Amino acid sequence: MAYHCSIRNRNYTFSNLKTLLAKATPFRSGDALAGLTAASYEERVAAQFALADVPLKKFLQEVLIPYESDEVTRLIIDTHDAVSFAPVSHFTVGQFRDWLLSDDADTATLQQLAAGLTPEMVAAVCKLMRNQDLVSVAQKCEVITRFRNTIGLKGRLSVRLQPNHPTDDPRGIAASIADGLLYGSGDAMIGINPATDSPAAVATLLHMLDEVRQKYAIPTQSCVLCHVTSTIDLINQNAPVDLVFQSIGGTEKTNSSFGIDINLLQEAHDAAQSLQRGTVGSNVMYFETGQGSSLSANAHDGIDQQTCEARAYAVARHFKPHLVNSVVGFIGPEYLFDGKQIIRAALEDHCCAKLLGLPMGMDVCYTNHAEADQDDMDNLLVLLAVAGCNYIMGVPGADDILLNYQSTSFHDALFLRKLLGLRPAPEFEDWLHKQGIITEGTAFNSIRGELIKGIIQ
Amino acid sequence: MSELKKITVQQDPWSSLKAYTTARIALGKTGAALPLKALLEFRLAHAHARDAVYSQINSVLFIQALEALRIPYFYLQSRANTRHKYLQRPDFGRQLHADSHKQLVLFESGGYDIAITIADGLSAAAVNDNAIPLIKLLIPVLQQANLRIAPLCLVEQGRVAVADETGSLLKATLSLILIGERPGLSSHDSLGAYLTYEPSVGTTDERRNCISNIRPEGMTVAHAAEKIFYLVKESLRLKLSGVQLKDNMGLLPQ
Repeated sequence: MAYHCSIRNRNYTFSNLKTLLAKATPFRSGDALAGLTAASYEERVAAQFALADVPLKKFLQEVLIPYESDEVTRLIIDTHDAVSFAPVSHFTVGQFRDWLLSDDADTATLQQLAAGLTPEMVAAVCKLMRNQDLVSVAQKCEVITRFRNTIGLKGRLSVRLQPNHPTDDPRGIAASIADGLLYGSGDAMIGINPATDSPAAVATLLHMLDEVRQKYAIPTQSCVLCHVTSTIDLINQNAPVDLVFQSIGGTEKTNSSFGIDINLLQEAHDAAQSLQRGTVGSNVMYFETGQGSSLSANAHDGIDQQTCEARAYAVARHFKPHLVNSVVGFIGPEYLFDGKQIIRAALEDHCCAKLLGLPMGMDVCYTNHAEADQDDMDNLLVLLAVAGCNYIMGVPGADDILLNYQSTSFHDALFLRKLLGLRPAPEFEDWLHKQGIITEGTAFNSIRGELIKGIIQ
Repeated sequence: MSELKKITVQQDPWSSLKAYTTARIALGKTGAALPLKALLEFRLAHAHARDAVYSQINSVLFIQALEALRIPYFYLQSRANTRHKYLQRPDFGRQLHADSHKQLVLFESGGYDIAITIADGLSAAAVNDNAIPLIKLLIPVLQQANLRIAPLCLVEQGRVAVADETGSLLKATLSLILIGERPGLSSHDSLGAYLTYEPSVGTTDERRNCISNIRPEGMTVAHAAEKIFYLVKESLRLKLSGVQLKDNMGLLPQ
């Protein structure tokens, strides 16, 4: 059905819900590339007025991609929890925004609501929000997950230690791991992007990570980020797999471009569960997402990139992941042109994911052809930390020497923890104390224990 | 007020680990922050990368080199007329500007074995530094192998797939493009080479072979020229390129 808004004597008509969502989206280069953006500033706000009047229920009736042709749509509709949805079912999108910002929407209420929300509902409400709204609402959410430690507690900020090396040299990787641990990073996980997807190389890295973890009794989890089919094979060969990684998208076609579908993810999830390697919980999946992946795969179906991204969270949510990570600035300026667009997208992704009940972290990052620099990343880091982001990346000096992009550093994590009084995951914090890496609070021991001796062998 | 203590940066006692990686480890700290030296070194590397993105093809250098090699050339533009447009519209960088397209049509090519295109990509600096020495090695070898080489195309604001258009308009069996790669912090001058058998507009990446990281600290131009020549011969012999064309030369860098 069509949606309308009149401003002065000008009538705007939006032919369907996905057009309305796209035109209501704050400007970003990827939507312009896809030809989906509003034609004027006025049209964008007109679309936002019209979107504000859409009942939340409408998103259960007018699906963006037909139920018959897209398994992500089927997942969203089939797993929708009507009981959780009931308390907000009479709201329009605009009323929902106002309610989310009110004191009535507290942490417990939002946790109970999560299963009743769909990606399209949260994408829609985010389009009406300014950045401070995205921070406020996300900050009220709390999503806690467990494997060998507990991630996502309020007042905590965790770090994925990302010790990549251009040739997967185990000593080079170990040097970066030691550096990160000694700076208090690595509680979200130690996760390596391998230089090659070769199963033998991945297995070598998995064993190396497991040995380091066991030798120093580090209460964290590891992951080598290879394709899910490779991970399933490695599990079958008894490789020490903690978390299963996969990139996912918000349409069936996007996922098929990644060589996956929901059944395959289920198979991987079940295989990892069967290993029972978690000690305090059994969240075993690690998903990466990012606005623009559907357009990049020519699989967006006329849906704007923020809404496609939110739909990926439905896929993630189905598998109760330990960590979800939006690799927000990695994709490049044709999707998110500059610091302003990257910051906006990151806050949207974090807020949407949290509303849907996901343990969201963020790769606060940019490439060298984007109009962004460390100052933009500093802004975003502080915003996300205030918003309660579960974790960020820890890359030595923020410079990923394999993937050639800039992420965040161990120092950045220290900065946030010190600035805002945030602490590592509790089990990991105890370990940092025992190792003598930190002494009182988050103060660093000048010697930092005996850890460095022998980690490189 | 008494004189303030001059703060010396807290060094990390594991700087010996730097021997194992080029990652920025053991940087030390002041408070929770990076020491200034590390901060400025990072900023300098980023400045090099940014300058590379906005660098331009040095046409004078190329024209001298091509005239010395006695290779005719076309100087062309993509549809992306500015860097700003280039960064936001990858589709424009893949297509020739109408005037450039017309030049190649009017040329009425009689057919060649190989067309070489050189495009700025995301680092004209990489192209200026590395593409000239590379073609100086490669072109004589191709000539000795009696391959018919099309006039060379220099393309401004070009992406990899622009060589599908230049290659097909020049009626070349093989299209080779040398192009500046996305600069990294430690590699702003990295050149890439892509080879496509029977180029046509709309070709997808699995039909291409790629040689990456051509620069003094990565793959040397001599090594790259050897490898490209091997792939050219194999591609023409097997009549294909892409995932089915394996690099069995045994020359992968360590």
